[in-house]
Amino acid sequence: MRTMFFTQAVDDALAQAMAEDPRIILFGEDVPLLRRDLLVRFGPRRVRGTPISESAFLGAGVAAAMAGLRPVVELYMVDFLGVCMDALLNHAAKAEAFSGGRWTASVVVRAPCGGGYGDGGQHEQSLWGWLAHIPGLTVLVPSTPADAGGLMLAALQHDGPVIFLEHKLLSETWLEFLGSGARRTVRYDVPAEGARGAVPRKWEPEPIGTAALRRDGGDVTIVSVGVGVHRALEAAQALETEGVSAGVLDLRTVFPLDKTAVCEAVSQTGRLVVVDEDYEGFGLSGELAAVVLEAGISCRYARVCTQTTIPYARHLEDQILPNRERICAAARRLMR
Amino acid sequence: MPPESWSLYSLMLQSRLFEEAIAQLWHDGLISGEMHLGTGEEAIIAGVVAHVREGDAMALDHRGTAALLMRGVDPVLILRELLGRPDGLCGGMGGHMHLFSKEHLAASSGIVGAAGPTAAGFGLAAQYLHPGAFAVAFFGEGAMNQGMLMESMNLASAWNLPVVFVCKDDDWAITTQSERMTGGDLNERARGLGVPAVEVDGLDVIEVWEASHAAIERARSGQGPTFLHARCVHFEGHFLGLQLLRLVRDPLREMPGIALPLTRSFVHPGGAAVGDRVAGLKEVVAAVLSTLRDPRRDSTNDPVQRARETLLSDPGRLLELEERIEEEMDEVLASALAEARS
Repeated sequence: MRTMFFTQAVDDALAQAMAEDPRIILFGEDVPLLRRDLLVRFGPRRVRGTPISESAFLGAGVAAAMAGLRPVVELYMVDFLGVCMDALLNHAAKAEAFSGGRWTASVVVRAPCGGGYGDGGQHEQSLWGWLAHIPGLTVLVPSTPADAGGLMLAALQHDGPVIFLEHKLLSETWLEFLGSGARRTVRYDVPAEGARGAVPRKWEPEPIGTAALRRDGGDVTIVSVGVGVHRALEAAQALETEGVSAGVLDLRTVFPLDKTAVCEAVSQTGRLVVVDEDYEGFGLSGELAAVVLEAGISCRYARVCTQTTIPYARHLEDQILPNRERICAAARRLMR
Repeated sequence: MPPESWSLYSLMLQSRLFEEAIAQLWHDGLISGEMHLGTGEEAIIAGVVAHVREGDAMALDHRGTAALLMRGVDPVLILRELLGRPDGLCGGMGGHMHLFSKEHLAASSGIVGAAGPTAAGFGLAAQYLHPGAFAVAFFGEGAMNQGMLMESMNLASAWNLPVVFVCKDDDWAITTQSERMTGGDLNERARGLGVPAVEVDGLDVIEVWEASHAAIERARSGQGPTFLHARCVHFEGHFLGLQLLRLVRDPLREMPGIALPLTRSFVHPGGAAVGDRVAGLKEVVAAVLSTLRDPRRDSTNDPVQRARETLLSDPGRLLELEERIEEEMDEVLASALAEARS
């Protein structure tokens, strides 16, 4: 085993795959600097910068994938998908269906997501629910370095478009690049277990659509993804001191959803708390309620999500994003 | 010397002092996330905004603080917003990339190129609601490769909208040199969309003022949009703490963290042939060397200093003006910070 930071693990898995598969190429804005370690190993033909033309280069990535390449297209932030959503919504997601299952667009879209460092509502969104809503897109949201590398490898082997979201609060390089690199005066609430951890010596693909039980608990099941998993674990620890046994299930993949794991856990506890940094309405948290209802499971339900536009002010942001206190309060409500 | 020189210098100096104070607050950790300053582009902003009046609109990018300050938005409110306070310009909800002032018809966006459609819409509304008013869009040269901006220029041309598109060109899109990612000539591109293009020296506030005066008069009188292309430098690069600038300014501190993994990766088995690896390394080195040779390190590219030199013929008046502005800015800071620090 080795120890790696989160983004280091993604890049390491990417390098392993690139060494084995010459069809993998990498492009996006500032990629030559952001992925400089890959650039000097694989050369400028495989690691390229782009103009600020997301519609063009993401759309090109989709078609290049259809023509046989394995492009990894990087967006600066998932929020910026707003300017080029057509490439995913109407093209990447549709190729397989429109061709009668004969053609897929196996592109990997890699984008930082998430908040907690004070950039405001146009740069800190999660949006995985918005993406998973569209049939044909696979959406991955790892919460540890080991999962990040393993899921990146799986994404590169997947037959179809995959969105790979990298939470900025877990990413040593994004936080350094955006806010903390030039100063020691800011603090971000970085979950240590997610930012750095053990990874395998050789990467193996982590199966897509398989949740991981991070903590056993008999009273209440907390289901989450990304940084939310770590907030849930903090909450579970706090709840334990109150005599509440909370389990934490890390979905790891938003679509396809591991319905079996969710139903198994919830049917044991009879209580489901969804922790979702994405928007509350019409998203993952409601989807999980539907999953247990459709399975005929009777349970009590609560959710801790982002309900509004993410505020710029850090103290407001900390209240809006799911945090330990809100998760504990939700679990306590279900215990009453 | 045109009479506007004094008022334009005054606007630029206010903005410079204001943004230098913001930089200090950022380094002190009182501002948490990214911070994009307009230091170096003051001549472009002042030269245009000096013409903006009631009924006119501004579409700003992620670097809009200077334009709002020069437009007359209360600097205490702006500063409180940047500090994330509930009594800030936008209640602490927007921050510096998303500053809004409804009464000044000024809206910002952190999405590159978004100033294009916004200015087109403001211009369209002006045609109905404020005939004779115009809208300005401020954006960088990187945005010129963004579809929505190109579409907006075409729309403004087709609908004859009263819009002035102002491109603040420092040739850097964060860490990418724009000329390497841009085909053709920007002025020709604008002309190809039916928008007249004017090249101005973005370091010379009087030249910008004169060129934008003509463009704005065109817009006000129903003759349609104009594209102003102005070169400038950003002293702090894309944002405060830019990695490339840190590397150049403090190589001993920054180099090891970059060079070690880079070297390990360069010699790692598996991957490209040596020639391709060297080509990759050259790209990284080229970005650093370009930063080293960067014109932003040359003080003759400072538009505020340039404007000041034209006023040295009246040193008494100059000194008096500078003292007054410094005092005003000190008061603004004190007022915004007094409660914030407590």
